[in-house]
Amino acid sequence: MKAYLSVFRLRLTNVMQYRTAALAGVVTQFFWGFIIIMVFEAFYSSSVVSPPISLEQLITYVWLQQAFLAFVMLWFRDNELFELITTGNIAYELCRPSGIYGLWYAKLLAQRLASALLRCLPILGVALLLPEPYRLPLPANPLAFLMFILALLFGLFMMVSLSMLMYISVFVTLSPAGSMLMFAVVGEFLAGMVIPVPLMPEWLQSIVYVLPFRWTADFPFRVYSGHIGLEEAAVGIAIQLIWLTALVGIGRFAMAKALRNVVVNGG
Amino acid sequence: MIKVEGLAKAYHVAKRSSGVKEAMKALFKREYKVVEALKDISFTIEPGEIVGYIGPNGAGKSTTIKVMSGILVPDSGSCTVMGYTPWEDRVNYVKHIGVVFGQRSQLWWDVPVIDSFDLLRDIYKVPEQEYQSTLALLTETLELQEIIQMPVRQLSLGQRMRCEIAASLLHSPSVLFLDEPTIGLDAVSKIAVRRFIRTINEQKRVTVILTTHDMNDIEALANRIILIGKGKLLYDGSLSAIRDQFGTKKTMTVVYSHHANPFQVEGVHIESWSPERAVLSVDTSEVVISDVLIRLSQQVELLDVAIETLPIEDMIVQLYKEHQL
Repeated sequence: MKAYLSVFRLRLTNVMQYRTAALAGVVTQFFWGFIIIMVFEAFYSSSVVSPPISLEQLITYVWLQQAFLAFVMLWFRDNELFELITTGNIAYELCRPSGIYGLWYAKLLAQRLASALLRCLPILGVALLLPEPYRLPLPANPLAFLMFILALLFGLFMMVSLSMLMYISVFVTLSPAGSMLMFAVVGEFLAGMVIPVPLMPEWLQSIVYVLPFRWTADFPFRVYSGHIGLEEAAVGIAIQLIWLTALVGIGRFAMAKALRNVVVNGG
Repeated sequence: MIKVEGLAKAYHVAKRSSGVKEAMKALFKREYKVVEALKDISFTIEPGEIVGYIGPNGAGKSTTIKVMSGILVPDSGSCTVMGYTPWEDRVNYVKHIGVVFGQRSQLWWDVPVIDSFDLLRDIYKVPEQEYQSTLALLTETLELQEIIQMPVRQLSLGQRMRCEIAASLLHSPSVLFLDEPTIGLDAVSKIAVRRFIRTINEQKRVTVILTTHDMNDIEALANRIILIGKGKLLYDGSLSAIRDQFGTKKTMTVVYSHHANPFQVEGVHIESWSPERAVLSVDTSEVVISDVLIRLSQQVELLDVAIETLPIEDMIVQLYKEHQL
C-alpha cells in the first residue's frame, strides 16, 4: 500500500510542476465552456418543445465538465506508460515485487488528480461569479453536493480503470494511437461529453445507460444540478461501485494474461 | 543458487518482403518465422560467484537474463533461483534479485534521483534504517554525492548508469543480473563500475551474472564464463582454461630492413606482409620462439621484434570462430 501511495505522491508533485500548462488549460476550457453554452442557449431560445433538461442545469453540466476535464476525459493519457510498453522498459516494472496493475493505477490516478486540482479551482471560482446566464449555479442542496463529490470520485476511479484497459490493450496492439482513438471517440460520446446524455434521442440513451461510460461524467454532473434526485443518486453510486469492481477485475485478469505473453525484444 | 535446466524459448517474428503488394498480402495472412532464442541451456551457479555470460549479438544472452529475472516465460525447461521459479512466483522472487539493463532506464526521468530511490524503498519495503545505511554505502562507493539531487534527464550516461546500478541494489539483493552494464561508458566510468561490482561481490557475497561485449569487463571481474551462441551453450568454464587453450598463440610483429620478396618460415603463419614489416602468428605448442627468430634472421635483417599473447578479445573471436558463430 505504501508503495502505491509513494508512486501517487511522486506523480502528484511531478505534475504540479507544470503550472503554465495548467494555466493554458484553464483558458482553453473557459473558451470552450462559453462557446458550448452559447450554442445551447441559441438552441433553447428557439426550441418549441420543452427540453428534457433546463438551461440552468445544462450550464452546470458544461462548467463541471470543463472544470473536471482531467477526471472525465478518456484521452487524458500518460505517454510514459505507453513508452514503457512499446520500448520494453516494462522489463524493469516486471522486476518489482508489487503488482503492476496497482502501481499503474496509482500513477494514472495521481496524474488526473493533480491536473484537476490545478485546473478546477480557478474554473469553478470564476464560473460561480459570472453574470447570468453563464453563471454556474450552486448545488441543488447540501446533500446533493455530498452525493456529487462521492459520485465524482467513484467516477474518477471508474475512469482510471477504464483507461487501464486501454493501456493493457497496447500490450496486444503495440500502437497507442489505435487504442486511444477507438476508446476516446466512442467512450467520450457515450459518456455524454459531446452531447449531454439527457439531450440524446431515446434509443441512444437506452444504449448509453447500459454502458459504463456515462457513470464517469454524465451521472455526477446531473447529481450536482439536481437533475438526478437524491434517491436515484444513491442507487447510481451503488451501480458505480459494481461497475468499478467489475472493471478492476477485468483489468487485473487481462493484465495478468498480457504479462504472461509479454515479449521484451532486444538488448 | 541458480540452476537452469534445458531452458528453451522461441520467438514468433512476423516477416514479409518489401513492397506494397507484400504489405497488402500481409494484411490477410501474416507469415511468421520462429526464432529459437534459446535451445536447451543448462548450467548451475554457486553463491558468491561472478559469472560472465557472453556471446555474439542475438545469441540469447538477454533472453536468458529475462527468463532468470522472471520477465519472460520460457517454452520449456526449468530454472530455479534460490528455490524460486522466477516466472511462477514472480512477486515474491524479485525481492531477492537486482537487475540492471544497460540499455533501459528505471529512474524517473523528471525528478531528482533520490526521489526514484525513495520510491524503490517503498516498493521493496526496505526498513528506513537499513535503507539509509545501504544508501550511504552506495553513495560513497559509486560517488553519487554530487548527482543524487539532480533530475535524471540532466545526468550524463556514466552518471546515470551509476545511479541505475545503485537503484538495483537498494534492497540488498542476493543475486544481481547485469545486462551490459558498461555499454557506452568511458574508461573511467567503466573502471568505477567494475570496481564497485567487485566490492559488493566480496563484501556482501552478492552473486553476479553479467552479460557484456567488453571482454575487459570479463577479464576484470569474472572467474568463470559461459559462452552461448545461436541459443546453445558452447562453453562453460574458467577464463584461465581459455587462456591456456589460446595462450600458446602469439602474435609476432617484426620490422626488418627492406626485403623485396615475401618469405616463408616453417611453423609460422603470416598474417600480413610488407617489404619492411610483417605480422606473424605463432603457436608455441608447435614451434619454439627462439627457433622462429633464428629462421627469420637467416632470411631478413631484423630491426625490431614484438611478441604478444593473443588479447582476450581475440581469444573470444577465435572461440566464436571455432563454433562457427
